[in-house]
Amino acid sequence: MLCAENLAVQRGSKLVLSGINLTLQPGEVLGVLGPNGAGKSTLLDALSGELKPSEGQVTLEGKPLSAWVGPERAQRLAILPQTSTLNFAFRVEDVVGMGRLPHATGRVRDQAIIAEALAAADAAHLAGRNYLELSGGERQRVHLARVLAQLWPGARGQTLLLDEPTSMLDPLHQHTTLQATRTIAASGVAVLVILHDLNLAARYCDRLLLLQGGRPHALGTPYEVLQAEPLQAVFDLEVLVQHHPERGHPLIIAR
Amino acid sequence: MNPVVLPRSLFIALGLLLALALLFSLALGPVSLPWLDTLKATLRVFGAPLGGAELDQAELIIGQIRMPRTLLGLAVGAVLALSGVAMQGLFRNPLADPGLVGVSSGAALGAAMAIVGGAWLGGLPDAIAPYLLSACAFAGGLVVTALVYRLGSRNGQTSVSTMLLAGIALTALAGAVIGLFTYLADDATLRTLTFWNLGSLNGASYSRLWPLLVVTLAVGLWLPKRAKALNALLLGESEARHLGFEVERVKRELVFCTALGVGAAVAAAGMIGFIGLVVPHLVRLLVGPDHRVLLPASALAGAALLLFADVLARMVLAPAELPIGIVTALIGAPFFLYLLLRGRA
Repeated sequence: MLCAENLAVQRGSKLVLSGINLTLQPGEVLGVLGPNGAGKSTLLDALSGELKPSEGQVTLEGKPLSAWVGPERAQRLAILPQTSTLNFAFRVEDVVGMGRLPHATGRVRDQAIIAEALAAADAAHLAGRNYLELSGGERQRVHLARVLAQLWPGARGQTLLLDEPTSMLDPLHQHTTLQATRTIAASGVAVLVILHDLNLAARYCDRLLLLQGGRPHALGTPYEVLQAEPLQAVFDLEVLVQHHPERGHPLIIAR
Repeated sequence: MNPVVLPRSLFIALGLLLALALLFSLALGPVSLPWLDTLKATLRVFGAPLGGAELDQAELIIGQIRMPRTLLGLAVGAVLALSGVAMQGLFRNPLADPGLVGVSSGAALGAAMAIVGGAWLGGLPDAIAPYLLSACAFAGGLVVTALVYRLGSRNGQTSVSTMLLAGIALTALAGAVIGLFTYLADDATLRTLTFWNLGSLNGASYSRLWPLLVVTLAVGLWLPKRAKALNALLLGESEARHLGFEVERVKRELVFCTALGVGAAVAAAGMIGFIGLVVPHLVRLLVGPDHRVLLPASALAGAALLLFADVLARMVLAPAELPIGIVTALIGAPFFLYLLLRGRA
């Protein structure tokens, strides 16, 4: 379980994140929403230990993040960054296989996990391809498979942080990707996902955190958070909130 | 590009290639020896009681001249290729080269200072001259690496692009100082300086060899232990951290290793460019970028390539000798340009 207590991050003299109290519950998908520059990625960096908080602390399983030994932490906490700078001609399954580096499960088991993770990210057909020859969206799915492999098959006590995993994907794969995060959450993994698409957030998240200017504006179920008022206040966007005709979750339409 | 060959086939091929390179290097030269005599005399150098008096001359040539030269080439080629792999992993850029971050120039500057300083003092005693030169070259390489690393670090984080730029600036600075030395030097000093700048395996001696052998062995045994970390580093520094690696420590170790390897190589054989660039690249084309294969394969390939280049250097203008740095640059620079063009296509 990943916990943030009274988290604040300072850049220079500017407070870019403050007042964050967050517990990622096992089996839950928490969506983070907010306009550009609201501090979403900063929050993810702070939660993953990349940024040192100026106040408060982040604990994983009750232990401060910095007190963990590298591989043990990596077995419990996986992070998918927004973009990757990989510039070498690895094969797709080698990239996914890097997710197994913190583990010592052996080659046979690892290969089975790599195949399953690739299938979960709907990227099984990319196996054997050269990573550098893939499109942006295909690369994004390969990295999703990598972080899934890092936690595979998923268990309580594990946490997955995703920074805009759907930013380069076609509509179908936006859904398959979030479906894959739901599936791994069902095994007990706590998931935090940064999203821009309000309707995707409404459909796939159990709870939503709405950030504005580095501060939490609202935290609650999609029904509580995705309402005209908070969305107007945070995004400065006038919206109509309807109900999905088949699924019943909120459906956001810009006016 | 998918791996073209299996790692095992590559290792077998490289092993054979290296054996051939060793044989060539021991047999060919101003006095070329028959293959069989070369083998026998080599075994005799190692103490096997073979053949008669007709092998005495071959044994002398191999034992005194070609064996140290061959071992020097072997070690320099291997350690430069390994340093190249480490640099490219560290900078996450397949075009990085130890020459780029100023390690080589720093070492060359150290050597130049030792040469010029020695000449001013009216010549150093033969007993300490080679050691002083090695020590100065190594110190030069280490100082520049430390400086580059320091300039590139802020708040405990290292910026790769700043390190590259700092390396380019320090390379220019070292080049200017060496140029100044060259301008002011007398004839004898000038020859030695040129020798150092262009690189040569000529005049190899066991006393110059053994520090390099120790370093090569250490680097060659240590780097493969970090193969997985290097693989993860290619994803990015934070990604490697998220996979459980102590990135800052690994980076420090890689920088130190490169400084040590390149410093020792330059101290022993002068500036020999492009091995660190060309060799890892060729190996990657054949078996892909996995460091678990790339590191040992590059060491073998680097040793073989440098030995062949050295054979070429002493055969082309025989009995005169071409500096080997010229040979490797003539092969390496067009290859580098080819890579740039291909990358753009």
